[in-house]
Parts: sequence; structure tokens; C-alpha cells
Amino acid sequence: MSLTLLLIQCLNGLQYGTLLFLIAAGLTLVFGVMGFINLAHGVQYMVGAYLVFAFHQLTGSFAAAVVLSLAAALLLGLLLEYFVFRHLYGRDHLSQVLATFGIIIFLNELAKVIFGPGTLTIEPPEFLAGSIQLTEQLRYPVYRFVTILAGLAVAVILYLTVTRTRVGMLIRAGATTPEMVSALGVNVQKLFMIVFGVGAMLAGFAGVIAAPIFAIEPGMGDNILIIAFVVIIIGGIGSIRGAFLAALIVGLFDTLGRTLLIEGLELVFPPSFSNQVGPALASMLIYILMAAILVVRPQGLLPAKGAA
Amino acid sequence: MIRVDRSFLLMALIFALLFAAPFVLPLIGQTYILSLLIKAMLLAIAAISLDLLIGQGGMISLGHAAFVAIGAYAAAIGLESGIENILVLLLLALLVSGLFALITGALALRTSGVYFLMITLAFGQMIYFTLTSLAPYGGDDGLTLWSMATFFGSDVVQSGGQLYLVVLLTLLLVWWGVHRLGNSRFGRVLRAARDNPERTEIIGFSVFRYRLTAYVIAGMIAAVSGLLTMQHAEFVSPSLAAWQRSGDLLVVVVLGGLGTRSGALLGAFFLVIVEEVLGSFIHEWRLIYGPLLVLLALHAKGGLSHLLLPVAAPARTGMPRTSEDNAS
Amino acid sequence: MNALEIRNLNKYFGALHVSRNISLSVPEGQCHALIGPNGAGKTTLIHQISGVLHADAGEIVLAGQDITTRKTWQRAQAGLGRTFQLTSVLPSFSVLENVALAVQARSGSSFRFFRPAAREKDLNEAAMETLERLNMADRAHVPADDLSHGERRLLELAIALAGAPGFLLLDEPMAGLGRVESAMLIDILADLRRTIPMLLVEHDMDAIFQLADTVSVLVDGQIVAQGAPEDVRNDPAARAAYLGDSGQ
Repeated sequence: MSLTLLLIQCLNGLQYGTLLFLIAAGLTLVFGVMGFINLAHGVQYMVGAYLVFAFHQLTGSFAAAVVLSLAAALLLGLLLEYFVFRHLYGRDHLSQVLATFGIIIFLNELAKVIFGPGTLTIEPPEFLAGSIQLTEQLRYPVYRFVTILAGLAVAVILYLTVTRTRVGMLIRAGATTPEMVSALGVNVQKLFMIVFGVGAMLAGFAGVIAAPIFAIEPGMGDNILIIAFVVIIIGGIGSIRGAFLAALIVGLFDTLGRTLLIEGLELVFPPSFSNQVGPALASMLIYILMAAILVVRPQGLLPAKGAA
Repeated sequence: MIRVDRSFLLMALIFALLFAAPFVLPLIGQTYILSLLIKAMLLAIAAISLDLLIGQGGMISLGHAAFVAIGAYAAAIGLESGIENILVLLLLALLVSGLFALITGALALRTSGVYFLMITLAFGQMIYFTLTSLAPYGGDDGLTLWSMATFFGSDVVQSGGQLYLVVLLTLLLVWWGVHRLGNSRFGRVLRAARDNPERTEIIGFSVFRYRLTAYVIAGMIAAVSGLLTMQHAEFVSPSLAAWQRSGDLLVVVVLGGLGTRSGALLGAFFLVIVEEVLGSFIHEWRLIYGPLLVLLALHAKGGLSHLLLPVAAPARTGMPRTSEDNAS
Repeated sequence: MNALEIRNLNKYFGALHVSRNISLSVPEGQCHALIGPNGAGKTTLIHQISGVLHADAGEIVLAGQDITTRKTWQRAQAGLGRTFQLTSVLPSFSVLENVALAVQARSGSSFRFFRPAAREKDLNEAAMETLERLNMADRAHVPADDLSHGERRLLELAIALAGAPGFLLLDEPMAGLGRVESAMLIDILADLRRTIPMLLVEHDMDAIFQLADTVSVLVDGQIVAQGAPEDVRNDPAARAAYLGDSGQ
């Protein structure tokens, strides 16, 4: 593989990783603080993508669409919290899985009914449309750069919020000893709403920035949800730092691994064999990584205990 | 002290109806329903095995459909390679699914509670993507089979033969076997580990080994359902392993009533009927099905078998405590 | 050979040193009592002996076998029985089934998948026998969830006994019992102690004077006094550390 291709794949991996982080962060916070397993988190990502599409059609402005989408994603999160999730915090995981599974089925179908079963696309805004000349042969789209930066910025803000603010302290306390938080006389219900709203908005934001890169389609959130679970398992449940590290590892490992694996196989085996086995093996890569981590550190790379 | 067990009566009734169906339905020209019944029975076989995990073992797996798919693909690939005898294919399906369950189960059971759920989901998804990239066997599109398995050359196990009866007998056998297992020494340890893993270890049982054994057994039963699914559909595709299928299985088990004798069966029939009836009224039936699940999760306790047999519901009904272990 | 021997056991929770060089031995046919203020690390020690927690350093030897690195269930198989400070029974099982499960652990393999366990005569008879020893036979078919607190404490002991242990760890067996129930339990334990050596964590001083051959006083994870009950009662270090706190 040429150096240029390697560099591009690295950037793509980084970009995928930051996207994964945005999704995994909300998921891991909601689980860490409320012990709530939210399968519908992925569908909130899909909703973000559809929202930005719809608002863009409506307003014609990408920036306005982004702002409106974030507000709408937050609203949707709060509504779901109020009508469904709130009643399931104290319940067993099975009820939570069932309810959030129902929400996925509903929203996926709703998207299909409103926007049709096909894929939709949206162009990045004009001022981010070009690409940057990195080396002589290498150009990389500005928009993708911006998503990487946006993801990193959110990660930093989130990290500072969790480590430096009062809400963050409560979140950290809630992730390790939930009894203590309510014993402190904190309005737990309000804390939960905040965490949930932020989580929903992060997922929505991920959907928004992903919309111009990937195709928008019903069910687009389901696969990424499962990858986000893999990220959480690798990083350690409830841990923001763990989610960040694991998201980057998974993003890079998946993107680079696929290319390197197939090229590596071609060096050793005849092309007919590597063409058949390569793709199957490549799609197993991150799960094998997860399995390996489970063997070495079943509690994840950076478990939540003691740190965020 | 003679106690009439109402759940047994209910099951006897269901099985009697199922045995009568192939004789009665053609008379009134409703052979299409037979195909639906096969579908429901295949779903029930997989659901019974999942209920062994959840209802008896307290292990919530969200990747159980992968085992159905493994069974179906192992058999389909066997067929493509020239093996025709269904017993050999069965052996193949059991071997592959058992091995996969052993490896992934040993990994997933290093953790517990919600981790277990996520890890089974992830491994299930791994199977899904692996199947989509199996180019020689149809990849994304799946594989249409031109010749089906035989029973020593006889077509009795095919759609043109007595597949309905074969599926029904398998269901009966699986139902009875899992029921016996639940009451055996093994089942007792499994339920003890569900209710109080710490105590069970202190008594002297390796919770890990019992859970892993249950996981392997459940995976192998689901693979049997997969093998018969292939035989019925004459087609296999990666969608068998889609995680929504695992979700559907979970719905069936909860809907029917966890850890009850008749639950998985009732739930499977209910789901197939709902899909069929709702689907005939409105194409977008999922818009109703989704909120239905939310309502079920919020309000229903004990499931259908509890509704039908409010008194006879055994003590072990209800949501199992999955794990109170700290996740961190 | 001692029934149980603990040598230089150490355990840390982060920076907290919760077991400091604990050594004690329990000869066959004896009852060793462990007393100390709340938070002294008594249950932590019991957890390490039964395998719920693993010691950071030191050795635990059960009837000549080093069990320090064994898993919980292996220790139970090696003959270690234990009760919990907070009652830990199987609430959805009947009393008989709770005990029969423990019998199952020591008689034959439990990887049997077909025969109904509830109809295994050997299991039920052995379980009934244990229940009769504790005067609980008439409650055999009651769900454990419906038992009174005192009855659950007894069931807890019945489960431990049904495993035919060679050694018993008893973590505050009298906790929460009334006077009459306590007296009855003391009688039962006094009877058992001749055949099964035991390590007893207890706050009830009456019980300790009636049951214990040796007493260890644990304070801040450290044994500050050890000896016959009378000697320990008069030991100034033990009095200072413990009796000042025994306001209960």
C-alpha cells in the first residue's frame, strides 16, 4: 500500500472513530449513570441524519438545518425520556431492551413511511465543500476534516464537563455509586433528564455530521449502535475516557485493518483464496479485537471506577 | 394429592390441534395456514431454547438468531458440498453451532448482566456480516437451494413430503426435553445461579460451567430450528442472523411468559398471527407493532401464559434478575 | 494437623490495608471465635477464606490443602461450608429444594439433564435429615421467601450443613435473632462443634463464651489479642480496642 493511501485510511479511521465516540459517549453515560440499556440510541443517530436532511430542504441553509436538528434531537430525547424511559429506570434490563427495541421498530418504519425506503444524500455546505492539498498526491475533503475536529472538540468539552463541573461530579458519582447521589439530596430525576438529553443530542449530532458522508436510510442507526456497544465493551462501561480511546482504536482498526488484511493475505495466499476469505475475515476484525480484549481485560481498557 | 396441571392441559390441547391441522386444513382449502404454522413452530423451537437461557438461566442473549443462521448455513453449505442425508447435516449443524457457542459463550460469560447482552449482540452481528461476505454462498443475496436434504433418500423431510410433521415432532421433542432439563439436577443449579450466583458458588457449583453448558445446549437447539428453516424455505440468507431476529425471539419469550412451560410456544404463535393479521390490514404494521412492544414492556408482567393460566403460573415466572453484579 | 490455618494474610482495597498479617489456626474439634468492632475487617476475612475475595498475600490451608488460589466453588468442594451475615438463600425455591441443592453438590454429578431432581429420593431424604436436625422439617415445602427472619437464618445454616462440610465459616449467625431463637441456635452449634470445626464471627458475647475455645480480636484489620475467652476478656489491649466500642 502506498503511503498516500495509508495516510488517507488513517484519516478515514480517525473520522470514523470520532463519529463512533459521539454515539458511544451518550450510550455509556446513560448506562453508567442510570443503569439503563438504551438500544434506541442508534435510531436517534438516524433521526439526526433525517432531521438535517428535512430541515435543509425546508430552510435551504445547512447551518440553520444543523441548529434546528440539534434542537429537535434534544426534544425527541426528552420526550422519549418523559414518556418511556423514565418509567423503566428501576426495572430489569429485559424490559428496557424490549421497550427500546419497540422504539427502534417504530422509528425505522416511520422513516420509511415519510422519506421512503431508498437512500437519501445531502451535500456538505458550500463553504466546506472543497478539499485540502496535504501532499503532492494527497487531497482530503475539508468537510471530513471538520467532522474530525468537531468530534474532537465535543470530546474535550465533554471531558472537561465531566471532570471539572458539578454536574460532571454527580455524573461520575452516579456511575460508580448511584445510592450516594440520591443520598446527597440531588434531584436525581433532573440529573437523569440532563444526561439523557445530552446523550440524545450527541447521537443526533453524530447523525447530522454523518449525513453528508454516508447515505441516509432507514435502519442506518442499527449497525452503528452495535459497533458503539463494541466500543463500550472495549473501553469499559460508563467511562468517557474509555469510550474515546476505544472509539479511536475501533475506527482505525476497522478502516486500516480491512485494507491491510486483504493486502496481507494476497502476499501469502493466491488471489482467489484471499478474495474469498479476505472480506469475511475483515468483517470479523473488530469483533475479534473485542474478544481479545475480553480475554485480557474483561472490565475494559479504562473502566469507570475512580475516573470518568 | 392429585393436582391437575393446567399448563400441561393447555400444551396437550395445542399439540392436539397442531397434529390435527394437516388433516383438517386441506379439507377447508386453507393449506396456506399450514405454512404459517410451520413458521410459528420453527420460531417456537428457537424461542424455547432462548427461554432456557433467559427464563431458567437469567442470561439475556441478544444474539440468539445467529445460531439459527449458523444451523441453516451449516446445512446449506453441507448440501452444496454434496451431503444429502439430513442426519449428517444435523450433526454438522450441531457441531458448528455448539463450537461457536462454546467459544463465544466462554468469552461472554467472563462478564455478566448487561455486558453479556452486548457481547452476544456483537457476536451475533459478527455472524451476520460474515455471512454477507460469503461470496461463494450468495453473500448479501443469500443462497437458493436447488436440491433439499433427504432422509436416506426419502423426501419425507421435505416440503413435498411430511415436513410439517417432522417440524411438529421436533418441536414436541425440544419442548419436552427442555422441560425435563429445567427440572433436572442441572436445571436446578441453573435456576439457583440465576437467583443467587454467589450462594450457588459457595454451595460448590461453578456457575460459569453450568451457564456455559446451558448456552451451548440452547445454541444447538436454535441451530436445529435453522436446519429445518432451510428445509422449509429452500433458501438461506444472512437476514436469518439479523439482530432484529434476535429481538423478535426476545419478544416471543417475554410475550409468552418467561420460564413457563407454554410461554415460548404461545408467544411464537402470537407473533406470527400479529404479523399476519396486522400485515393484512396495513402494510406499515410495524408502526403498530413497535408501540405495542413499548406498552408490553411498560405494563405487562408474566406474559401470555400468565394471562391464560393466572393461577397455575409457577413461582419462577416473572422477569429474572439478570445480574446485580457491579458492571465495573 | 489443623482444620484451618491462616498464615500472614494481607488484603488491600486500594490504599486501604484491610487485612494486616492475619494468622490464626483452628484445630480439629474446636470453635474459634472472631470478634471486633464494625469495620474491623471480619467479613472481609471470611470472604477471603471462602474465596469471594482473593487475598493479596499469605496462605489459607484447609485440612492440609493450600486453597489460597482456589475458586469459591472449589473451596466448597474441598469441604468448606459458610453462612452469610445477610441471609442469602434462594427465595423462589422451597426450603427443601434449597437444602437439596446443597446435598446435590456433594453427591454425584449435577451435569444430569433428564431425571427430575425433585423426585430423587436420596437428595430429598438427606435434605430432610438436615432439616430435622434444625427442627425445620415441618417447613420443608414452604417457599424460602415466606420464612420468618429467624427461620431464614436457620435455613442458611441448613444449606451449609447439607454440604457435609469439614469446616464451617459462620458470619454472625445470631444477627437479628430474638433471645429464644438465639438460645436455640447456640444449642445447635454447641452440638455441631464437636464434629465440625468452625470459625465464628459474632457480636453476642454469651454465644462466644458458650461456644468458643479460642477468641481472636480483630481491630483495623489486625489481630490485637488471641487466647482463651477468659484471657481475652481480661486482656487490656482487647478491652481498650473493643469493649469501648461495644455499645450495642
